[in-house]
Amino acid sequence: MSESAAPPVATTPAQQGVRLKVADLAVRLAGSGHDVVSEISFAVQAGEVLGLVGESGSGKTTVALALLGHARRGLRITSGQVLLDGMDLLALRPDALRAVRGARVSYVPQDPSAALNPTLTVGSQLREALRVHAGAIDNPAGRVLEVMREAYLDPTREMLRRYPHQLSGGQQQRIALAMAFACRPSLIVLDEPTTGLDVSTQRHVLDTVRSMCRSYGVAAVYVSHDLAVVSGLVSDVAVMYAGRIVEIGPTARLFREPVHPYTRGLIGAVPSPERAEVLTGIDGQQPRPGRRGAGCQFAPRCGYAIADCRGEAPEPVVIAGRSVRCLRAWEIQASRPERPAVAAGAPATTETPTLSVRGVCASYGSTRVLSDIGLDVPARACVAVVGESGSGKTTLARCVSGLHGNWTGEIIFQGAPLAHRARQRRKDVLQRVQYIFQNPYTSLNPRKTVGRILDQQLSQFLDLSFRDRAARVAGVLEDVSLGQDFLSRYPDQLSGGERQRVAIARALVAQPELLICDEVTSSLDVSVQAIIVELLRRIQQERKLAMIFITHNLALVRSIAQSAVVLCDGAVAESGPVEQVLERPANPYTIRLMEDVPRLAGLARPGGGAPGA
Amino acid sequence: MRQQWGSVLSAAVRTPRGAIGLGLASFVVLVAVIGPFVAPHASDALVTLDFGKPSGQYLLGGDYLGEDVVSRVLDGGWVLLIMAACATALGIAGGGAAGVSAAYLRGRSDGIIMRTVDVILAFPQLVFALLLLSLLGPKLWLITIAVGVSHAPQVARVIRSATLDVTERDFVKAAELQGMRPARVMVREILPNLVSPLMVEAGLRLTYSIVIISGLAFLGFGQAPPAPNWGLMISENRTGLTLNPWAVIVPAAMIALLTIGTNTFTDAFARVTIGVDRRPEEAALIDDLSQEPGT
Repeated sequence: MSESAAPPVATTPAQQGVRLKVADLAVRLAGSGHDVVSEISFAVQAGEVLGLVGESGSGKTTVALALLGHARRGLRITSGQVLLDGMDLLALRPDALRAVRGARVSYVPQDPSAALNPTLTVGSQLREALRVHAGAIDNPAGRVLEVMREAYLDPTREMLRRYPHQLSGGQQQRIALAMAFACRPSLIVLDEPTTGLDVSTQRHVLDTVRSMCRSYGVAAVYVSHDLAVVSGLVSDVAVMYAGRIVEIGPTARLFREPVHPYTRGLIGAVPSPERAEVLTGIDGQQPRPGRRGAGCQFAPRCGYAIADCRGEAPEPVVIAGRSVRCLRAWEIQASRPERPAVAAGAPATTETPTLSVRGVCASYGSTRVLSDIGLDVPARACVAVVGESGSGKTTLARCVSGLHGNWTGEIIFQGAPLAHRARQRRKDVLQRVQYIFQNPYTSLNPRKTVGRILDQQLSQFLDLSFRDRAARVAGVLEDVSLGQDFLSRYPDQLSGGERQRVAIARALVAQPELLICDEVTSSLDVSVQAIIVELLRRIQQERKLAMIFITHNLALVRSIAQSAVVLCDGAVAESGPVEQVLERPANPYTIRLMEDVPRLAGLARPGGGAPGA
Repeated sequence: MRQQWGSVLSAAVRTPRGAIGLGLASFVVLVAVIGPFVAPHASDALVTLDFGKPSGQYLLGGDYLGEDVVSRVLDGGWVLLIMAACATALGIAGGGAAGVSAAYLRGRSDGIIMRTVDVILAFPQLVFALLLLSLLGPKLWLITIAVGVSHAPQVARVIRSATLDVTERDFVKAAELQGMRPARVMVREILPNLVSPLMVEAGLRLTYSIVIISGLAFLGFGQAPPAPNWGLMISENRTGLTLNPWAVIVPAAMIALLTIGTNTFTDAFARVTIGVDRRPEEAALIDDLSQEPGT
């Protein structure tokens, strides 16, 4: 990695003024004409970055692509203007548009490993970007080296000769950035470019984006679902919901004093690495294109909604330095959201821990992934296992659950050592150790109804009458806040959050004593993540469960766990009570991790108390 | 993913391709099933001239012995159909079981099963069947088994790769964590997710069964001569092709229509399961647009 390469060369001072102006942009389904996004208007100054945030399905990627005059198959840009330095991209003929793309407007996709051609060297891909737009740059060969320096890549021949698979994820994304910046565009659209990167790599990529935009006076639009990432990078932020911009304004003010109930909800759902807070999610789902009724689209999920909200769609009003689509913006602005702190979990006990892992080493084939792991999970407590991808945290969970049998050492559960593989374990042991999988899209059998999935778990473990089983299944559905009508549904009729609740219910119905949660929220939106985390915490405390909570998200740890274990390259880097590990980390790895965690900048958090409390 | 095979079937029937395929196949099946009851003459009665021209009384004329071609066509399909269905069922059951176990159990079982499959696969299907028949004699049940066994390896290969896909998913691991026995995991968790590839294979193998079994009958391995059989009829009457071509053309057309019908319908079914002909594009698009991160 070349994190310490030369800083970008100083260039001409950024040009001033509005570079990009979007007016009343709408994209519709080509067939039925239902709106996917509409009434999108914003402007971006030279050298500034606009953040486009929202949950999956809000239309942010559709808007991002429309900025390049592109709509995916089945969609059509039906109205609006995208003015780049006064030129309307949407009015260009196809060949003129092609000449603009890549030269004056460029795009950085989400997954660089999929966007770069695996059979070409990065050098030839970089040069190709310049060759396509011959004449855009005077000295292409020199420009390749220059743009690599700007992207903090080693500007060497050796680097240019490499293939994408020989680079790390962060380097690949920097190559993509270099390609996007090669022709010195006026506008650059970044579509979640750091999703899937580790926090430290993500931070370096964000720094690169920031410095490159500043030095060139480029207007950038940064699409992300991660509010914390956006808050540290962009000057203005637009929050999207169901295809509309519901709130847009300067980042610091907007995050400090959100006005729109949806923005408030999102911010309330973002976990903080600093303080243990109750996370408040947003129940319900975003209306899809074609199912959007009259009135405010957020009204059905909104705590502030009144009858009028369902009748008329709110027009944007300017309030406190930002534009908001909410009928009650003035009233809501006066109230301040609260973020209550979490009640302390069960105090550490002196009784024997529910689970003890002693000197566990594990390998896949001949590759060792865990070495000498030791940790204790006390009864009634939640231990978070944190680490970046490849740190071995999921392997550890699989060893404990018996899914991965190739380990040595000792795992002691309630005083007795656990057999290596699940099929060597007794039924009652399997019953007491329950595992919740990362991806609720694959952990439920698509051919079985929710009722059958839960009933099967019960009948495997407990000898109960049909009526008793039905009663318990009904009870556990209630516990995870799903109604009885879910019994007859199939997994593909459920949203991601609902599926994960069913997966949790499946674990709970067996009446476990140890619950292993493996990255259970990583495939969910932040508002759903908050609901799931709160659900798990409530259940863990009510049922007095021992729990292992595995996550790559340091910020989540605070909200759920009492102690934390940080894994690095298959070994324990640091462990202890959560406050100690996160506030006074001793290990350099943990310190770096904590520093690199993106935080919601601008959010007032005076000394531990909730704002407004 | 949920659509049970019933709804896939009905979706397939609603596509033009599926409707045509089902129509052709059902026509032939109907002829074979109802035929024996409506045949005007006994199939082995010598009622007209050898290779007699079609006439008002004998619509398709006579065959090489002077038997009524219409009656023989009506009576000559059901044995073929039953044999083809049984051979297909056998091949799907055997091949499916082998494929699922190989993929789920992995390791040594996988090696043993798949190498056996490779050995059987080394023989061309027809040759394999002929080999068994010449060793054990041309019995109808033996033909059925021989054809079924010759299908199994190909089915096993397809099902194995489909199963590998399914076993990777977490719900299979969840079942293992419930302490479920491997056989039960395969039947209860994995098999229901294989219905679509199994149906496609069944349609395909049915087509091949019909071709191979009627081919064997043509070669003389099948029902003995006085009995009517479409494959055999082609063989018996080809010497009189110039005298009464209908005695060859009609049984050949029945076989052709049946195989084209089953194959076309299978094709429609396969297209529906992989989503080419199923959903209106827009619904899929909306699904895609609303997809949650990380999936």
